[in-house]
Amino acid sequence: MSTPAESAVAPQAAIGSRSGERARRITEIAFRVRELGIVLALALLIVVTGILEPRFIGAGSLRNLALNAAIIAILAVGQTLVILTRNIDISVGSILGLSAFMAGSLLSNDPGLPIPLVIALGMGLGGACGLLNGVLVTFGRVPALVVTLGTLYIFRGLAFLWTDGRQVNAETLPDRFLNLGTDSLLGVPILVLFALVVVLVVGQCLRNLRFGREFYAIGSNPEAARLAGIRTDRRVNTAFVISGALAGLGGVLFTARFGTVDATAGTGYELTVVAAAVVGGVAIFGGSGSVYGAALGALLLGSITSALIVLRVDAFWQMAAIGALLVLAIAIDRFVSLRLEAALRQRSSRRATG
Amino acid sequence: MPPAETETVTATGRSAARELLGRWEVLVAGLLLATLIVGQSLSSEFLTADSFTTASLDLSEVALIALALALVVVAAEIDLSVASVLALSSAVMAALWNAGLPIELIMPICIGVGALCGAFNGFLVAHLGLPSLAVTIGTLALFRGLAYVVIGDSSVTDFPVAWTDRAFGNFAGTAIPNTMILFAVLAVAFGVLLHATPFGRSVFAIGANVEAARFSGLRVKRVKMWLFVMSGAVAALAGVVISLRNSTAAANVGQGFELVAVAAVVLGGVSIFGGKGSILGVVLALGLLGAIQKSLTLAEGISSYWVQIVIGTLLIGSVLGPNLVRRAREARGGSTTPRRGPWPSRRAATPNAPQH
Repeated sequence: MSTPAESAVAPQAAIGSRSGERARRITEIAFRVRELGIVLALALLIVVTGILEPRFIGAGSLRNLALNAAIIAILAVGQTLVILTRNIDISVGSILGLSAFMAGSLLSNDPGLPIPLVIALGMGLGGACGLLNGVLVTFGRVPALVVTLGTLYIFRGLAFLWTDGRQVNAETLPDRFLNLGTDSLLGVPILVLFALVVVLVVGQCLRNLRFGREFYAIGSNPEAARLAGIRTDRRVNTAFVISGALAGLGGVLFTARFGTVDATAGTGYELTVVAAAVVGGVAIFGGSGSVYGAALGALLLGSITSALIVLRVDAFWQMAAIGALLVLAIAIDRFVSLRLEAALRQRSSRRATG
Repeated sequence: MPPAETETVTATGRSAARELLGRWEVLVAGLLLATLIVGQSLSSEFLTADSFTTASLDLSEVALIALALALVVVAAEIDLSVASVLALSSAVMAALWNAGLPIELIMPICIGVGALCGAFNGFLVAHLGLPSLAVTIGTLALFRGLAYVVIGDSSVTDFPVAWTDRAFGNFAGTAIPNTMILFAVLAVAFGVLLHATPFGRSVFAIGANVEAARFSGLRVKRVKMWLFVMSGAVAALAGVVISLRNSTAAANVGQGFELVAVAAVVLGGVSIFGGKGSILGVVLALGLLGAIQKSLTLAEGISSYWVQIVIGTLLIGSVLGPNLVRRAREARGGSTTPRRGPWPSRRAATPNAPQH
């Protein structure tokens, strides 16, 4: 780092911290509005569907709603971390497939294995896959889209090689493992509890810890983050490892929920997961969004599918509806961010001339 | 938008030979040659007219899509909705055929529908300024969904034999499928468009630096709009081709084609950040993909599941390799590229946006 660069940066940083306070407040409000928007959309959807078809707001139906969204929500949390740092991870579906088959075959071979160990192994495998992604992006300087498109193929190919046409069936899995996908604790399905814990832990870390704020700093301006002393490469690696580990967790839970697993488990999940994050207000260029939004996005996408089924809308409309919602969400985000930009313009112009 | 990542300014001292060897297209051609040699040693059926025909037929639609996609990526955008446009085109074709329209009329309508899909993408990206990665993930679901709305899960298989034969058959008694002739024609057309017209130069300029392009008076919105329209139209053409070739039009065709096409484009040396690439590279990369697929499928004792692993590794390696070489050169202090900005050694390590 050259000296002129440092001296040029110092005054900028000072200006940034003063007017940054106001900017942060504006941003904060925009985020709240964004998450509130999804909550409202979700409430509207549930109420309207509930009025048209009262069965929809029965306890069993709502329970199913949450169950369906749980695994996508867990993956969307990891995806959010990655997208925050201006990267993307489209290998999550393949990682989920690998981990799902590993959990299935481990428990079929040795039904006595403790479940926490299986979960840890699944997350470990996913984390290792994520580390590979992260190292290729940071050390290898390969764009994340290229890396994870490549590992999407590689991990899926490995899953096919490993399974070699076999599949794990529910009969060979121990009941206590399958119960994980069906049982409830205090009325809340265990799968949903997993999702809630993941969302809350990661959400609070991102919100309150220095560690968490660094992800936002990197996504907002990688160069500035580096100059501020943030180890950007390490954080980007962390994001990929967490995304991989959560995809691994998702894989274990996938096996527990569905019982039958082959090499194709989780194919196409990557797009649903990215869609959930984007609908949830996570900006694809990084730096803004929250895991709460992403989890709500997953819930909204899942609810739309369920609502259309309950309303007996032609099943063929579901995908089109989700696509239209996604485009709409992106457009609304753009509208909101244009307003934000206007509010922030003063600060940016001072920064540019400083 | 991250700067840099533009075409490397070549140092004047480099000899022409080294320049040629350093070209990405030469590397891909070398890999293709190596695959052909290895493939032949794995199976004697590999270097035959038959296997060329089947390998290139299998790749027809992805190849067509990749051509138009290459231009989109050179302009630093991406279109992930192409496989869904292909499916929508196939579904529209099925529905109109059921409605009794003549096939000669149906085909241009399908391509028109694809162009409209592309215009929709283009409007959202160019005029509303939305990120193309997010937009086209959305329209990926939307167009595929519309395909199901149009035709449901039924399919149409009774297209006129004259046309299905044309799509499946070979060109005038050779081993070259008709679809490859179509591909060759389009490849030349897109090659000329990208490399020999003002439009092509503006695509490069926009991909290299969209601000500079705008300030130098290029109509950025219009160019991007056209790129997406072309991408949609070509994807729809591919939808017509795949429907006729398989004698089946349905909404579920071509799932995942978008990722194979992106892989071909990146492997062909087109920078995912835009501003760099050539149609020749993409054509060679498509040849490489086809050769790898065919050789591993034919090879005895090797699981065809390796295809995905090899393609994934190549994809990453195609960007990782040059980066590591550059890194090693920088470490030795023999960098041939001019250093930009005050933080040269870390600049390229910036975690970049997924596209742009």
